[in-house]
Amino acid sequence: MSQTTVTTWEEFMEGVWRQNPIFVMVLGMCPALAVTVSAVNALSMGLATTFVLTSSALLVSLLRKMIPKEVRIATYIVIIATFVTVVDYLIQAVSLALYDALGAFIQLIVVNCIILGRAEAHASKHPPLPAVINALGMSAGFTIGLFALGAVREILGAGTLFGIALFGANFQPWVVMVLPPGGFFVLGMWLLIFAAWGRWRQRRQARLAEVTQHA
Amino acid sequence: MHESAAQIFINAFLANNFVLAMFLGLCPFIGVSGKLETAAPMGAATTFVMLVASLCAYGLNLLLGYFNLEFLRLIAYIVIIASAVQLVEMVLKKYSPALFRALGIYLPLITTNCAVLGVALFQTAREYDFVQSLTFAVGAGAGFTLALVLMASVRERLQLSDVPSVAQGTALSLMLAGILSLGFMGFAGLGG
Repeated sequence: MSQTTVTTWEEFMEGVWRQNPIFVMVLGMCPALAVTVSAVNALSMGLATTFVLTSSALLVSLLRKMIPKEVRIATYIVIIATFVTVVDYLIQAVSLALYDALGAFIQLIVVNCIILGRAEAHASKHPPLPAVINALGMSAGFTIGLFALGAVREILGAGTLFGIALFGANFQPWVVMVLPPGGFFVLGMWLLIFAAWGRWRQRRQARLAEVTQHA
Repeated sequence: MHESAAQIFINAFLANNFVLAMFLGLCPFIGVSGKLETAAPMGAATTFVMLVASLCAYGLNLLLGYFNLEFLRLIAYIVIIASAVQLVEMVLKKYSPALFRALGIYLPLITTNCAVLGVALFQTAREYDFVQSLTFAVGAGAGFTLALVLMASVRERLQLSDVPSVAQGTALSLMLAGILSLGFMGFAGLGG
């Protein structure tokens, strides 16, 4: 995407929609499935990842001329690990309950493929501003994806959203949805829905093209 | 917590399988599980890296604790794992170039396999001693390999079956993983 015509907004939406890290590229699934047992967990994980992704993109982009090509991956990893350590201690200081809920997965942000992928594929080749905007878009897409998973799993598996009961006392929670298999099923379902929707749109466009040709 | 070595092994291998119950190492799980003949070596390579990483992480943790540098733990672990992967890469390149090519990009990606870092982090968090750490690493690696091989076998069969074209690809793999995971829930409680 190195054309100069790409506007800031398009750059941002690229990560949110067209290259959504969870639903389109299917990256960073480990945290996506492990922590999304509730909407709150999903959002906090999304925010933590946003911070790490954006700050590391900024730093990598600022240092892009100084980092020797041979050791660039190692450098990126160390930069990312530094920010993850910051987030780790931050969450521990702000909310111990949240820290316990997310467990080791905060530290595992280091190995989230999205962050290293962005550093390598985008931030290392662009000036700071576009790099940060792209990173923000990707993080927004990631957070939206996490929320979509977490909300569905919480609604089905516990009958609540953000801890508020939705269905009254007679609801029988679908417990498997908050257990590990539920994570796989819900993400698979989302991917199916998006695939079906994409297919439907393609067909509609083909039909439209046909009609306009005949007219 | 005084878990016996057998308990730790069973826990990491089956009851809390790294891939199917703890969602660690999903990228290679989805990415390399297309063919059985690459899945098994990939599992073996990952297990080896886990073992080396676990050994080094144990020593490193003692060292960091001695100098009161715990905040450097994460960075140090990552560097250790990256070096271990490099080692495996060199060994494979020398002794089995064919396999080296087959694994392709996924070999260096073991560095960013959360399962490997997960082993190092969990053994620290649970304060395992030396033997426990090693058992944990072997169990986790075996569990990862088992999941990978199971998945690859199922997917090889699937190539011959008639699947709705919308569902093909990642969506189907995830559904399969869900069903496997459901099966592995039957092992819950086995590790005590």
